[in-house]
Amino acid sequence: MKTLGLLINPIAGMGGSVGLKGTDGMYQEAVRRGAERKANARAAAALEALLPIRDELLVLCPSGEMGEDLARELGFQVKVVHTCGPETIARDTADAARAMESADLLLFAGGDGTARDIVAAVGDRKVALGIPAGVKIHSPVYAIRPEAAGQLALSWLKGACGQTREAEVVDIDEAAYREGRVNTSLYGYLQVPYERRFLQNSKAPSPLSERSQQVNIAWEMIGRMKPDVYYLVGPGSTTKTLMDVLELPDTLIGVDLICNKQLVQSDLCERDILERMEERETRLIITPTGGQGFLLGRGNQQLSPAVMRRIGKERLHVLATQEKLFRFHGSPLLVDTGDREVDELLSGYARVIIGYMEEQICPIGVGG
Amino acid sequence: MKKIDRSSKVRTGFHQAKWDEPVIFELSRAGERGILVPQASDEVKKAVEGTAVLPAVLKRQAAPALPEISQPRVLRHYARLAQETLGADVNIEIGQGTCTVKYSPKVNDQLANLPQVREMHPLQDESTCQGMMRIMYDTNQYMCEISGMDRFTFQPSGGSQGILTMASLVHAYFKSRGEREQRDEIITTIYSHPSDAAAPHVKGFKIIYIHPDKDGYPDYEAFKAAVSDRTAAFIVANPEDTGVYNKRVLEFTKLVHEKGGLCGYDQANANGLLGVTRAREAGFDMCFFNLHKTFSTPHGCGGPACGATGCAQFLEKFLPGPLVDFDGEKYFFNHDITSDPDGIGKVRQFNGVAPVILKAYAWIRSLGPDGLYQVAKTAVLNNNYMFKKLMELHCVDAPYIEGKQRIEQCRYTLETLFKETGVSTADVQRRMMDFGMHYWQSHHPYYVPEPMTLEPTETPSKEDIDEYIETLKYVFDEAYSDPDKVKGAPYQSVCHQLDESNMDDPDQWAVSWRCYLKKFAD
Repeated sequence: MKTLGLLINPIAGMGGSVGLKGTDGMYQEAVRRGAERKANARAAAALEALLPIRDELLVLCPSGEMGEDLARELGFQVKVVHTCGPETIARDTADAARAMESADLLLFAGGDGTARDIVAAVGDRKVALGIPAGVKIHSPVYAIRPEAAGQLALSWLKGACGQTREAEVVDIDEAAYREGRVNTSLYGYLQVPYERRFLQNSKAPSPLSERSQQVNIAWEMIGRMKPDVYYLVGPGSTTKTLMDVLELPDTLIGVDLICNKQLVQSDLCERDILERMEERETRLIITPTGGQGFLLGRGNQQLSPAVMRRIGKERLHVLATQEKLFRFHGSPLLVDTGDREVDELLSGYARVIIGYMEEQICPIGVGG
Repeated sequence: MKKIDRSSKVRTGFHQAKWDEPVIFELSRAGERGILVPQASDEVKKAVEGTAVLPAVLKRQAAPALPEISQPRVLRHYARLAQETLGADVNIEIGQGTCTVKYSPKVNDQLANLPQVREMHPLQDESTCQGMMRIMYDTNQYMCEISGMDRFTFQPSGGSQGILTMASLVHAYFKSRGEREQRDEIITTIYSHPSDAAAPHVKGFKIIYIHPDKDGYPDYEAFKAAVSDRTAAFIVANPEDTGVYNKRVLEFTKLVHEKGGLCGYDQANANGLLGVTRAREAGFDMCFFNLHKTFSTPHGCGGPACGATGCAQFLEKFLPGPLVDFDGEKYFFNHDITSDPDGIGKVRQFNGVAPVILKAYAWIRSLGPDGLYQVAKTAVLNNNYMFKKLMELHCVDAPYIEGKQRIEQCRYTLETLFKETGVSTADVQRRMMDFGMHYWQSHHPYYVPEPMTLEPTETPSKEDIDEYIETLKYVFDEAYSDPDKVKGAPYQSVCHQLDESNMDDPDQWAVSWRCYLKKFAD
């Protein structure tokens, strides 16, 4: 019997309906403004797709409206793995997620904040999938619609879809966002079922999976590495693959330093980087992060204006799968180091490595 | 008897044959034979004794592992498989966009099947095949007239090999100038055929992709950033797969020439351009035509083909040789033109698939210049008609150049359909098969969301196009009223949905019977 971890953030999305840009810390205000709870309805739309396998599925969930109520209402076999208090809090999400670690799939309804709590609890190896129910949905761990989440979950549980991809968990600072500033950070990765919807194709060769593309990119980058030069490796799943291919430990959401294909230092802060740059020629390998095409300024703030002024365009290697670039629909990759002059220096067109001996010309623009 | 109801054009009663036919190797039975060839008589054996020229070392020690099967079982096997295909003669071939699947007159097939052609051998003496050589020579001249190039080779046996031949010409040209090491980049666009990148890759070039701008044209500013003294060539299709024609292409080719690079034109689908534009005038140094698309040879599934590749005179010496030439009295294989030490050498044995060249020749001759121009006009008109009708549907859209016409094909998007019903373009494709219709989505990469690429060519009548559109509408309506039915399709086709989840896992592949046995047999 397959097990499904079901986790609903019941207050997700409440802020949005009453003009708040998120519900983090704003629950009382949202209630005051008359917000209604809708997350369970969106989760129900997803779970409908699983009704055909209801009898072969055990649903692990937290008590009450965080999963149990809905699962029972739809007739699923239920095992409560975490009991919540009268008012659910972020810790309930984390505790419940941990209690579901054995589930074949963790299906959760919420927004970016919920995904953050989950990744903090279960780390980057758990196969999980988000049902979009929150105000902020910037993390590609979410399906585009609740029904699509249900279909993908069904494919995964039935074994029709056997691949996963690493998807970013990003979140913006809601307080700053309410004041009109976007400040996104990368919080980690979840393994998301990956269905190749377009594979039914009579003529074209099978496109490579995103993971295969990342491995090709890694080999191209490795082939370009010069001896005795420092390479800073920024955060992201594409740069992580480079480290994997080199069999080096990687700080998933930090900056590492390598030289001659060996790790020199992990998780450098800005000062570490500046000190290292004094030692020898230093180049930077980065990939767009943060779900919105930011090259700099979202989740890699240690690459400060002082660092980037010295790296310049000449020592910058940008890596990205074509699939990822397509998600930006031709919009520029963005830089927002906090120093306009440095941002202008980096903007223009860049050659992005998209495969083995393959590049794409991409515009770089000033973000923020 | 009552009146037959023809109120709907949709063939809801269609049902394809399903034979569950095994692979032919599974049908093999030891010792079974198709034809029993009699042993040579003693008299014959004696007469040929000592004349065998094949050295013992080249002779097989064991018989090849071919299936052993009788003639009726072979015939039955292939007849059944033939019934399980959706061939060009049984469906309205509109759905195979970017393939230019058009009607190829049967009379041309009959010509190609004449004994004088069928029994010809490529190693025959030139003096015995002057007719075919003239056809090759004249077809070369027609291709030059159509494209503005100076010489064509018919050796490449498909479009991708045509692109590889162009990339090889680029390689040879820069090698002869001592610049090959420096010029290692070939620029192409996202919406050109993926072979425009893949084939030069095989030749060792690095590929630089240009993204479309907001109107779907290759982004000129990005292009300017890409062109440098490392640029070996710009290889591109125009119109691209979207059907959008880049009117500024001359600026692109000029820029490449200014930087010392070459330009190659992918004219696999030239149907909308015959007699309208020429590659040379657009600044290209090379181009190729697929004779099996635009020039009337039935194609698909790797059938006999020809990617006729042409070039300007300064590249002629690098072409694969020999080339058919005429000295005023007779046709002959000219080895001198292509004798340059940096020439690319043969890309295929002999001089191309003769029957395919003959069919192209016959088609061109039967139409004449005005007829070729009419082909382009009709193909574009058909596409415009279809475009206009489809754009009236709520769930169909076409990205880029809103309201403006495409050339001979269009890549539409069914994103609205998917968002509103959950029915994807792949689901529509499978459901269209239930009504005996081809339908195609997109080349890799899948940049247009939920893509649908249709190309009516000059062949279908208005009634044919209307039938195709009506069938599409039927499926779209079904998507809104009963989405699960569409997602569960096909029901009336040869096989149900395939498990493709391991398509990019080589460990799961078995591309030959031997490989299958090795990996999967108990």
